[in-house]
Amino acid sequence: MSRLAPRVLSLLLLLGLWLAAPAARALDIQQVTSPGGIRAWLVEDHTNPILTLRFSFRGGESADPIGKEGRARLVAGLLDEGAGELDSTAFQKTLTDQSITLRFNSRIDRFSGQMVTLTETREEALRLLRLALTEPRFDAEPVERIRAQILASLRRDLTQPRTKASRAWWAANFPDHPYGRSGDGTLASVAAVTVEDLRAFVVGGLTRDGLVVSAVGDIDADTLGRALDRTFGALPAVGSLEMTADVAPALAGETLVIEAEVPQSVVVFGHGGIDRADPDWYAASLLNEVMAGGFGSRLTTEIREKRGLVYGVYAYLLPLDHAPLTMGGLATENARVGLSVDLVRQEWRRMAEEGPTADELADARTFLLGSFPLQLTGSGGVANVLMALQENDLPASYLEQRRALYEAITLDDAKRVAKRLYRADALSIVVVGQPEGVVATRPTPALDGIAQGG
Amino acid sequence: MSRLPRPMSTLSSALVILVLFGMAVSGARAAIFEPVSFTLDNGLQVVVIENHRVPVVSHMLWYKVGAADDPIGKSGIAHFLEHLMFKGTTTRAAGEFSAIINRVGGQENAFTSYDYTGYYQNVAREHLGRMMALEADRMANLSIVAKDVDAERDVVLEERRSRVDNDPSSQLSEQVEAATYLAYPYRIPVIGWETEIRGLTHADALAFYATWYAPNNAVLVVAGDVTAEEVRRLAEDTYGLIPARPVPDRAALRGGEPPHRAARRIEMTSPRAGQPSWSRRWLAPGRNWGDATHAEPMEVLAEILGGGATSRLYRHLVVEKGLAVSAGAWYSPSGLGPQTFGVYASPRPGVEIATLEAAIEAEVRAILHDGVTEEEVASAVIRLRRGAIFARDDSLAPARMFGGALAAGGSIEDVEEWPDRIATVTADRVAAAAAVVFVPAHTTTGVLIPEPSS
Repeated sequence: MSRLAPRVLSLLLLLGLWLAAPAARALDIQQVTSPGGIRAWLVEDHTNPILTLRFSFRGGESADPIGKEGRARLVAGLLDEGAGELDSTAFQKTLTDQSITLRFNSRIDRFSGQMVTLTETREEALRLLRLALTEPRFDAEPVERIRAQILASLRRDLTQPRTKASRAWWAANFPDHPYGRSGDGTLASVAAVTVEDLRAFVVGGLTRDGLVVSAVGDIDADTLGRALDRTFGALPAVGSLEMTADVAPALAGETLVIEAEVPQSVVVFGHGGIDRADPDWYAASLLNEVMAGGFGSRLTTEIREKRGLVYGVYAYLLPLDHAPLTMGGLATENARVGLSVDLVRQEWRRMAEEGPTADELADARTFLLGSFPLQLTGSGGVANVLMALQENDLPASYLEQRRALYEAITLDDAKRVAKRLYRADALSIVVVGQPEGVVATRPTPALDGIAQGG
Repeated sequence: MSRLPRPMSTLSSALVILVLFGMAVSGARAAIFEPVSFTLDNGLQVVVIENHRVPVVSHMLWYKVGAADDPIGKSGIAHFLEHLMFKGTTTRAAGEFSAIINRVGGQENAFTSYDYTGYYQNVAREHLGRMMALEADRMANLSIVAKDVDAERDVVLEERRSRVDNDPSSQLSEQVEAATYLAYPYRIPVIGWETEIRGLTHADALAFYATWYAPNNAVLVVAGDVTAEEVRRLAEDTYGLIPARPVPDRAALRGGEPPHRAARRIEMTSPRAGQPSWSRRWLAPGRNWGDATHAEPMEVLAEILGGGATSRLYRHLVVEKGLAVSAGAWYSPSGLGPQTFGVYASPRPGVEIATLEAAIEAEVRAILHDGVTEEEVASAVIRLRRGAIFARDDSLAPARMFGGALAAGGSIEDVEEWPDRIATVTADRVAAAAAVVFVPAHTTTGVLIPEPSS
């Protein structure tokens, strides 16, 4: 998943892709504070009679209690399944009849949502959003229906090699931390979540102190301000979710193998990374572009283009709230796993020892700076930019500073950060399949909730 | 199938492409997009959709040839050629085009469906002329070396393993599609059968290229911050220099589809399938196949029967009877050949496939016996037509809508007048279309059953 996937994986990663210059100035961000003190960023655009609203709360899947993994995901699936006086059927019928999109999504460290509505249905959409956030019903029928859907998707996902590989990597690297337990949960943990658990997340997590809001489209600042109070004003001021501690991956240089009868092995690898707030973040972003930025990047050139070993090989920076990581993966025929993994380590080592070339660094910079306007072709993309800035505590003026931040990175900076970022001997690797050419350094881990072999 | 990996779907990729374009076409309206279309002297059709929201353009070149045009025994050649189009021309080295795009911060990809093959670059507006020159260069001057062909064949085999061989539901889809058509080439997978991919040669790719990649067999679509006059000038200076040449009549080469006299049923058990699933598809007319007057009534029927949480299938099977975790319907009228109308469901634990199947058959019988209500039609029509407003929100998306329609044998009017045609649908026309489509002998049923392994 060379160039596309890392950009889809996390909004955080979009931060690496913006530029300051012409288009950024076209992005006129208004910082709105409602009469009641709720803040939002707004990009006004009256071309179409559409409003896109995105928001997120601090605290997500990593706040799931032990044995109740999947709680945040269940809440996300249930907030639009009945609220206030509207039962599930009535709520969904109103959304459908008014062509209102209302979705919630649990992430590792945050809980987010989006609403898209035509201007003519805006008041109704905001009312439904307020009800969903403040008066969700959690009636028995929808709770069991959505639970059954999540369990069905778990049964499907847990047979997939890529799901097994990912879960094993996280479980082995974060054995005593929420990051080691998948937010999708297990068959047992999803079954164990009660309505009281769901309500505890709503009361403790959907609160104004961790709230970030972005609006794009057909609304002015005054109207938005009043809407913010009506929609979010009734939420509790302060949250009570238990926030997790900072942590680092437990493994270094280990290889885990999980046997599976598949023709193609799936490989996940990673080690610690560089935090978003670290001054070396910008150099690291450029280095990741050189290493894994699609065609012409080192991994794709060496592993796919020259040797035809994979369809996709990828790597990305993942600066989670409590553990910055550098992750990657590939999939290749069982017989060629050893060669492919060796090439990853070789490229890791070469980057650490030599750094990028001046040309590579220059190309990575022009790509990162030049691709920004492509994020802004629709309201959803603009809203993503606003969300990522706010969630990372960056000022709106960051869009003007960004070019200078990247242009300040010298070849020497990049070489220094490459030594820090790429540690071939620290890479921990999980392979699912019947791989040849790799030797497990640890016994196969028991994967909680994964029915081995079927 | 696309050149760069993207997130996989449980449905086959070919189906996903068709479904996506069905939805995309749903969103267009002449009075909204106001495309300008003209044809160069060499027969290249050009469509320009101006949108000045952001200073970027989407440049897409669509060839009217796809996997359904693969010669007998050469399945996968259309897709393989798509990959090889990045391997250089008489004046450009392999990967050079991609490197140029990278350096200007552009995005690119390519994709192959049954009815078309497309290439695109999204770039800042000032780079459009260069993209057109490079795309025109590879329309006329492809030059590939044996070493690159061999490595890329391995890449495609890995792509096949990722998409199909590692995933039981994709394996089943491939089998079901092969059974759905008796003669029409939609029965052969877009990516090709593995044995035939292994036999594809340099000469096969060049022969396919020489046969089909002509300006008079292509559609150029440019959307974004540009004017039609500017595109015409640039197109004449680039693509305009390539002479037209005779291209075979692909509809004639593909042939027809004989009458279906017996229902088919494909069942697959797999230890790697975590969750059972059931689907049925009926051979159906489309905009370009059979009686096109049924196309819009079938779109409305798909919305009523299986479009989301308020549809009949979801409400009855998932919510009220608790038989299924998911249920829905799909239909797209936009392909060149015989289309399908499909329904699907996945059972809740403890529910037999036979019970689920009987419940869905009862829903289909109810449509045949009692039709749908005028209220259901009115509500579906409003929702579908509102989609046209939402489709205006992204400045580049119309390029995909027009390209997909035109390259599959449709016209600009098919897209532009779609909302007006949808508005004319009545309950009587839905009933008439259902009577034509819902014929038991025209069905293929697919069942996936998890099999516990030892």
